[in-house]
Amino acid sequence: MNKVLMSGNNIIAEAAIRAGCRFYAGYPITPQNELTEYMAEHMRNVEGGVFVQSESEIAAIHMIIGASATGARVMTSSSSPGISLKQEGISSMAACELPGVIVNIMRGGPGLGNIRPAQGDYFQATRGGGHGDYRTIVYGPATCQELADLTMNAFDLADLYRTPVMILADGMMGQMMEPVVFKKPKPRQYSEKFMLRGAGQGKSKFFRGLILDAIDMEEHNWKLERKYQVIIKKETLHEEYKTEDAELVIVAYGTAARIAKGAIKRLRENGMKVGLFRPITLWPFPELKLRALSKKVKNYLVFELSTGQMLDDVRLALQGYAAIDFHGRPGGVVPTPAELANVIARHYETID
Amino acid sequence: MAKKVFGRPESLKETYFHYCPGCGHSIAHRLVAEVIDELGIRGTTIGVPPAGCAVLAYNYFDIDMLEAQHGRGPATATGIKRALPDRIVFSYQGDGDLAAIGMAESFHAANRGENITVIFINNAVYGMTGGQMAPTTMLDQRTTTSPAGRNKILDGYPVKVSEIFSQLQGTTYVERVTVNSPASVNKTKKALKKAFQCQIDGLGFSLVEILSPCPTNWKMTSVASCKWIDEVMSKEFPLGVFKDNIAAVKKPAEAAS
Ligand SMILES: Cc1ncc(C[n+]2csc(CCOP(=O)(O)OP(=O)(O)O)c2C)c(N)n1
Ligand code: SF4
Repeated sequence: MNKVLMSGNNIIAEAAIRAGCRFYAGYPITPQNELTEYMAEHMRNVEGGVFVQSESEIAAIHMIIGASATGARVMTSSSSPGISLKQEGISSMAACELPGVIVNIMRGGPGLGNIRPAQGDYFQATRGGGHGDYRTIVYGPATCQELADLTMNAFDLADLYRTPVMILADGMMGQMMEPVVFKKPKPRQYSEKFMLRGAGQGKSKFFRGLILDAIDMEEHNWKLERKYQVIIKKETLHEEYKTEDAELVIVAYGTAARIAKGAIKRLRENGMKVGLFRPITLWPFPELKLRALSKKVKNYLVFELSTGQMLDDVRLALQGYAAIDFHGRPGGVVPTPAELANVIARHYETID
Repeated sequence: MAKKVFGRPESLKETYFHYCPGCGHSIAHRLVAEVIDELGIRGTTIGVPPAGCAVLAYNYFDIDMLEAQHGRGPATATGIKRALPDRIVFSYQGDGDLAAIGMAESFHAANRGENITVIFINNAVYGMTGGQMAPTTMLDQRTTTSPAGRNKILDGYPVKVSEIFSQLQGTTYVERVTVNSPASVNKTKKALKKAFQCQIDGLGFSLVEILSPCPTNWKMTSVASCKWIDEVMSKEFPLGVFKDNIAAVKKPAEAAS
């Protein structure tokens, strides 16, 4: 396989098409426009490919819902304010058990915020985001290669669990260029019984989220919950970097984890035993792996491009077994590895 | 042997409607089902019910259906139709659904000329949620959220969907009908058939607006509701064909083939 140099947004789009995505709807918003534009350019050259520039993010998510119900592999993308608008549809997809991939190239917020890279949508992504008792699988890629691989995986998981899957990246990941290799996509397995294609000569069927009877609705909630428990068991991913002998472990994901890695390399050169714990799935959060690590390592520094959101999950995972500190740069500020190294070094000196 | 002259359309399930007595939804459902039967498209049609009194339409229509969130029907239908261009796709919507929360989705699906059919039930109120003011509520009409009557200064004016949508270049067929008499029911059936045929022929967006009685929230008898449509509602919302571009769209299509 050849290595190609592409930007993050284009990589996600290309990986999606290679994974068999044949329906994309989106609405322009920076810093993810290249993804929408790539889809506009390339979907028309793919057999059965549909691109729609929708009138809003709301319309886009409901368009992919319609196409998903027919059995197409579907995707929409946006950035923070637009993802807020998609929540109604994401909740609906979870309820109706419709697969689909949603990409959030996060920017500074709240409100219109700015168009700089940020990680302020972690709560929204990992807690469901929309209304009701549901979860969304969330990937937090940290390299362009991961953007390619995880986008492809996202389609497989969406089908397997019939649930929406989110790629949570930020403006930095979307804009940055790195060489990638596109892996061979897995052949798709998705049963016709989950598709609405007209009743033909057979029995008609319908997909719906409305369940008026409370007992039936409760059962549906537990059915979804059982599925989420399987996902937690089977799909949790994380990376550990230089944790074997670490005195201090940085917990970070996505762009923040890249910066942390750069900082850790510098600190190691100065003899400081610092490692990285990087969740790759943000939901399910690699809770048990982090707790296991706390048997060895007793000091953690959570670093996020936010005021502290994943921090909650780290606290829940460590359950008071280890000391946790936090460093955050919200609002679109991206510190350099050298700056972060200084912060970590100061912190390192305070631990005993 | 006796000849069967009347029966349940095949596209309707063997069950009772939950609609109030005198409600226009029941008539509209039956007509849509009859048209689907007569056009022979039961097996290829996918319907999109709304949030509104017709939310349970999938319990009645014996065709494939995908529930939409409130107002999003035309976006959902766009997704289905673009993914399966040879299927017949319709969205069924109330006036709150189409002309308030879902105006953007409806307007733009129409403007893109999506080859779908929208069945628009205009009953001048939000039926399902208890008779609140709708975008189509008449001036001075009392509802639970316009207790003193709809006030044009505060609440604006009744939204005329057929008039507005017929102005969009993307629409092919737009007609406003009603179901308050046997003659108007027959007319509505013809309009629905024309709209579905328009889609079958690949000629673009069709919309049938049905002025539909809601005796419960109008706080009238069924008979008085039918009369109110004649005497009041259809004065504000005149019946008729607002756009019929079928012949014009057909010609270039035929010339091309
Ligand atoms: C996002 C959202 N907001 C509000 C509602 C509540 N709701 C359900 S149906 C409805 C209005 C229905 O009125 P209309 O569209 O006129 O249809 P009708 O019931 O009169 O047939 C509303 C407001 C909802 N389901 N979803
Ligand atoms: S409330 Fe009105 S629209 Fe709803 S079922 Fe009753 S009569 Fe029909």
